[in-house]
Amino acid sequence: MHDAPAPTVYLDHAATTPMLPAAVEAMTAHLGDVGNPSSLHASGRAARRIVEESRETIAQALNCRPGEVVFTSGGTESDNLALKGLFWSRHDVDPARVRILASSVEHHAVLDALHWLAEEEAAEVELLPVDRAGRLDVDALRTSVERDPGSVAVVSVMWANNEVGAIQPIDDVVAVASAHGIPVHTDAVQAVGAVPVDFAASGVDALTLTGHKLGGPYGVGALVLRRELSLTPLLHGGGQERDIRSGTLDMPAIAGFATAVEHAVKVQPEYAERMAALRDSLVRRVVRAVPDAHLHGDPANRLPGNAHLGFPDCEGDSLLMLLDARGIECSTGSACSAGVPQPSHVLLAMGLDDEGARHSLRFTLGRTSTEADVDALVEAIGPAVERARGARIS
Amino acid sequence: MKVVAAMSGGVDSAVAAARAHEAGHDVTGIHLALSRNPASYRSGARGCCTIEDANDARRAADVIGIPFYVWDLSERFHEDVVEDFMDEYAVGRTPNPCLRCNEKIKFAAVLDRALALGFDAVATGHYARVRTGADGASELHRAVDGGKDQSYVLGVLTQHQLAHSMFPLGDTAKPQVRQEAAARGLLVADKPDSHDICFVADGDNAGWLREKLPERVGSERAHRFSGAIVDAVSGEELGRHDGTFGFTIGQRKGLRLGNPAPDGRPRYVLDIEPVSGTVTVGPREALTVDRIIADRPRWCGSSPTEPIEGIVQLRAHGAEHRARIVVCGDRVHVELRDPAQGIAPGQAAVIYDGTRVVGSATIVSTERVGPAA
Repeated sequence: MHDAPAPTVYLDHAATTPMLPAAVEAMTAHLGDVGNPSSLHASGRAARRIVEESRETIAQALNCRPGEVVFTSGGTESDNLALKGLFWSRHDVDPARVRILASSVEHHAVLDALHWLAEEEAAEVELLPVDRAGRLDVDALRTSVERDPGSVAVVSVMWANNEVGAIQPIDDVVAVASAHGIPVHTDAVQAVGAVPVDFAASGVDALTLTGHKLGGPYGVGALVLRRELSLTPLLHGGGQERDIRSGTLDMPAIAGFATAVEHAVKVQPEYAERMAALRDSLVRRVVRAVPDAHLHGDPANRLPGNAHLGFPDCEGDSLLMLLDARGIECSTGSACSAGVPQPSHVLLAMGLDDEGARHSLRFTLGRTSTEADVDALVEAIGPAVERARGARIS
Repeated sequence: MKVVAAMSGGVDSAVAAARAHEAGHDVTGIHLALSRNPASYRSGARGCCTIEDANDARRAADVIGIPFYVWDLSERFHEDVVEDFMDEYAVGRTPNPCLRCNEKIKFAAVLDRALALGFDAVATGHYARVRTGADGASELHRAVDGGKDQSYVLGVLTQHQLAHSMFPLGDTAKPQVRQEAAARGLLVADKPDSHDICFVADGDNAGWLREKLPERVGSERAHRFSGAIVDAVSGEELGRHDGTFGFTIGQRKGLRLGNPAPDGRPRYVLDIEPVSGTVTVGPREALTVDRIIADRPRWCGSSPTEPIEGIVQLRAHGAEHRARIVVCGDRVHVELRDPAQGIAPGQAAVIYDGTRVVGSATIVSTERVGPAA
């Protein structure tokens, strides 16, 4: 017989988070509008005006110039554009620039783009170690840069890690790279709205953000790119975005995106405080229910809504399925196309073994999370862990 | 009941899951990731290990309205099925990996995990029937659709495994299953049946083994797989071959004999000797056997204590042979009333009483009625 459907307890906000009602409103208000932002007539100008106002809103929220906001289809495109574009343009200027340095805990949108550059474009990619908490080893970066600064095309270090929430030492990264005039890209998809992100003050040259991680729509994002920087485009066509990114602009989505960014940045301090308190409560209470559960990463220096926990002798995917059956939704790490869980490269880089990496779950909180969500998880987790421990495939 | 439906991405397992769901069970769809490298999109998708198949299974689960997950069984599958397949060919036998997969993966690793996670049964799209006998024990029977019957590859299941198995298609003919799939809006309704071994992507077993066996057995041994093709009648060498694994008992095609047999008649593989690499061929009548010795018996119920007058099936979709079966510890002696031809060691002898499966054992050796090879 079927169990009564339980209300969904959504603890996977790092995967995607519900759209802000104001963003839904801003977006849907324009879904019926005609007018290509590139057209010269009145309808086109009206659409263009919404795009440019959105650009200004985002620029103000992130402290960059409006002209530095390049709209894209989201995080993956922004990462690919930044890395491939910067590698090509820097390498064209000086063929000695063949190295790309990145942390070993980057998102696949960065890692796989770098892998492609290594395979197809003869880039020399160096993935730098992190500590037990998932934080970049800045000395390793410095040593690598200083070994031959002239050969480095670009450095890419995420602002905050999507799996374990580790906040990266971006100031130190910029200090090391900028001393040699090397541009820095950062994937800030998880960071905007969760921690303070100030583009100009950070000194980074390129920054990736995306709509659906901060209350905006899917399928829209931006690469914030310092005005002085040139970059080889990935997509060729109408040259809409600074001749760097072609494609008709998705005006309604951009309007919703801007509304979400503005709101997320405005409420960030209170939001972070509330999320951190709720997260700490979740961790404390889950560990009380499952005494050998433990938090991965740094308890303090992490995204406020991130709780990544190890459950010894307990397959994460079994646990996920059991919790899902109870209406509790979480993640074993980054999703995979075939649905086959691979041990997380982030956890492996932090020194966990294959088993430790598989025996873990990520719970991420967001704007709509409440203590009642934590209550539901705490009630379910003990029996679920016990059951999953009995179900290991030897 | 809480049921795990193993969903390959094909039409049969999709309809089986839909029927279990419709019968009121709490069904969760599971796709088994069996390949270590599921990267390929294979045209026609005849196997069970591709991303496309996983997507087809996922879409079927969506349409049925059940949860869906992928379980990674690739390590276990490799150890218990793929390596066994290679090892069997390396010693000159002809294994049945589907049967091994049912024994070790679908109704062992998957069932054990499902039971531990709180499920009661595993449902698959196999064509076979499970019935409760007079004594309350579970019985495995042939499917109603004799042409699709798969009880042969399920003959390895024990009472415990059968008691937790559901085969919702056992009373239905295949064309009806396709019609039902279409009526239910399952997009896999017209998907072609799988025929080949799922982990041999192009269906070329010999080519696959030629590539994989050296690593498995070590190159020292691998080069000895080649050898002579010798005629059983004249004792003459009729040709050379590059690997005993390319042959199975009873095979006629692809022998590529350099010299025709002296009597000019077709030759069939009679024996494979992996140590010397000699493949013995002979006339068709030399394939006839009437005694079989098998080992590794698996019984659906308790082990028979008396000789059985029953039926044996000696290959997938093979004929039925009346036989007297005597169990002697771990050995099963089969005396065929109806002689058989081309029986390959490594295949299963599945024993039936009418439509009911009694048990199975792996064929070790055969004796011939005709002139000794």
